[in-house]
Amino acid sequence: MSATKITEKDIENLANLARIKVDAAEKTQLVKEIDSILAYVDTIKKASIGESAAEDRVGAVKNVAHPDDARALSHEDRERILVEVPDREGDFVAVKKIL
Amino acid sequence: MERRLKSTKMPKIDLKNLTITKAHAAMNAGDFSAVELAQAYLDSAAAKNSGANGGPGINAYLEIYDDVIEQAKEADARFKAKKATLLTGIPFAIKDNILIKSRVASAASKMLEKYHAVYDATVIEKLKKEGVVFIGRANMDEFAMGGSTENSAFGVTKNPHDTTRVAGGSSGGSAAAVAMDGALVALGSDTGGSIRQPASFCGLVGLKPTYGAVSRNGVMAMGSSLDQIGPFAKTVTDAEIIFNAIRGLDPLDSTTISDKTYSPKKSDAGAGTKPVIGVPRHFLGGDGIDKTVLENFNESLEKLKKLGYEIRDIELPNIGYSLAVYYIVMPAEVSSNLSRFDGVKYGLHVDGKTGIDDYFETRAAGFGREVRRRILLGTYVLSSGYYDAYYNRANAVRRIITEDFNKAFEKVDIIVTPTTPAPAFKIGEKTADPVAMYLEDIFTVTANLTGMPAMTVPSGFSEVAGGAKLPLGFQMTARHGDEATLFEVGKDFMDESNSTI
Repeated sequence: MSATKITEKDIENLANLARIKVDAAEKTQLVKEIDSILAYVDTIKKASIGESAAEDRVGAVKNVAHPDDARALSHEDRERILVEVPDREGDFVAVKKIL
Repeated sequence: MERRLKSTKMPKIDLKNLTITKAHAAMNAGDFSAVELAQAYLDSAAAKNSGANGGPGINAYLEIYDDVIEQAKEADARFKAKKATLLTGIPFAIKDNILIKSRVASAASKMLEKYHAVYDATVIEKLKKEGVVFIGRANMDEFAMGGSTENSAFGVTKNPHDTTRVAGGSSGGSAAAVAMDGALVALGSDTGGSIRQPASFCGLVGLKPTYGAVSRNGVMAMGSSLDQIGPFAKTVTDAEIIFNAIRGLDPLDSTTISDKTYSPKKSDAGAGTKPVIGVPRHFLGGDGIDKTVLENFNESLEKLKKLGYEIRDIELPNIGYSLAVYYIVMPAEVSSNLSRFDGVKYGLHVDGKTGIDDYFETRAAGFGREVRRRILLGTYVLSSGYYDAYYNRANAVRRIITEDFNKAFEKVDIIVTPTTPAPAFKIGEKTADPVAMYLEDIFTVTANLTGMPAMTVPSGFSEVAGGAKLPLGFQMTARHGDEATLFEVGKDFMDESNSTI
């Protein structure tokens, strides 16, 4: 079991997936840091989890559904939400053209 | 008739030794008013928070509210109308990731520097019903990620016991606010130790309740399977009062539990007598643990023995994997939770060339280094090809760690460890090495992984070169839903047995 080695290309891909711009200097730094973190967390590979635990998946707890009710919002509360929008046109959230 | 001049002199309030019960009794008896109490804390906070006029510049508060006195006047009105509860007029510091309607909630991030909360968190709603007084919003590591409050976008919080050292984190501001007498009590959030570690560094009681005991509605999510809100206080009794005020089922947080969810049963040995204390000795031998911490821990055990407790060695075979599991599960959840910050709906927006560039620019400018690091790490462990090796495996190990604890709790009622491997470290000492910083959480993350309640109580001091006395903490973990036993043993340990609520 060799320790995982992260490359700058990996960091680029991750940054792309995470929608975060990363500059060249930070990329070099992140390779080093994420490598050392992964080397540490790799120790879980040594844990003996047994047969059943290997099948364990997240989300097996239970699902709780909310009643599908519309909640009335006061004009003030509506305005409170809209005033936080970075780019607003009237009662709309403005975004850049996609196509 | 001779008219007596009404004295305008403020009553002298002994903030250092004040507790909720004492303050309540004093306000009830008219010894001082809620306004006078609030003013005393405001004066103390003003003197210590900033570095101006020769102050120590603790930087516990990102903002001290300008309507504190008005809030206190409302509390006084409740006392007058005989409608006061134990928490009426009690001055609170609130961690900056908990929403109070119309006030800024920044999570100490540039992303939300100017964001105003649009509603009250459930815990805030509950505290408002009691008529508490909010002094201000407390500094923290950005989005609660860190163990030293050095990741705040608005400057580090200094430890009131030694201002060259950190107050701990991520709820460092909440801890320092109480320790510097800038608030009587505080709320924080705890994802991997973020209440207990700063409480320990600042000499306070800090409680991470059972997962689901306290609603997280209105608290900025970090690791949703780990996060809990809890109190900072000077006594166990005060922590208990706050816990009872904020806990309970909430339709707005489907992970909340009722009193019936768990029915903790004492071990056979502990039933009818004092709870039995378990010590995972095998986990305390690492070379990362400070000598003074171990000595202090052994003294604490001696103290419990003298109080009549039975102490047993226990085995938690997989506890050594806790920190590794945590640093997979937590970043995975962080990367998912923080995807909501896109510069479209609220918070910072930085313009790029195209719509998708907006995301890249906004998230690069809005998030600090540690937050970006954890998002990328989380993206990695969740990515196809690594998901099974990291995320799923971590969750399987998490389950066996929980099983180990459940098994240990058949024989004992409380499991104890030091809260932190060492006392508060120097500002800047660990910032260059993320793994060294993460190792701070070694004793605290397990309670978040298992969902069990854990509390730190002050257990003494470590003397360091230069003569500073740094507080140390003693951590107790109990069964799911068994905060009552934590409070029972905690009060005994702190010699509060005669305190009544």
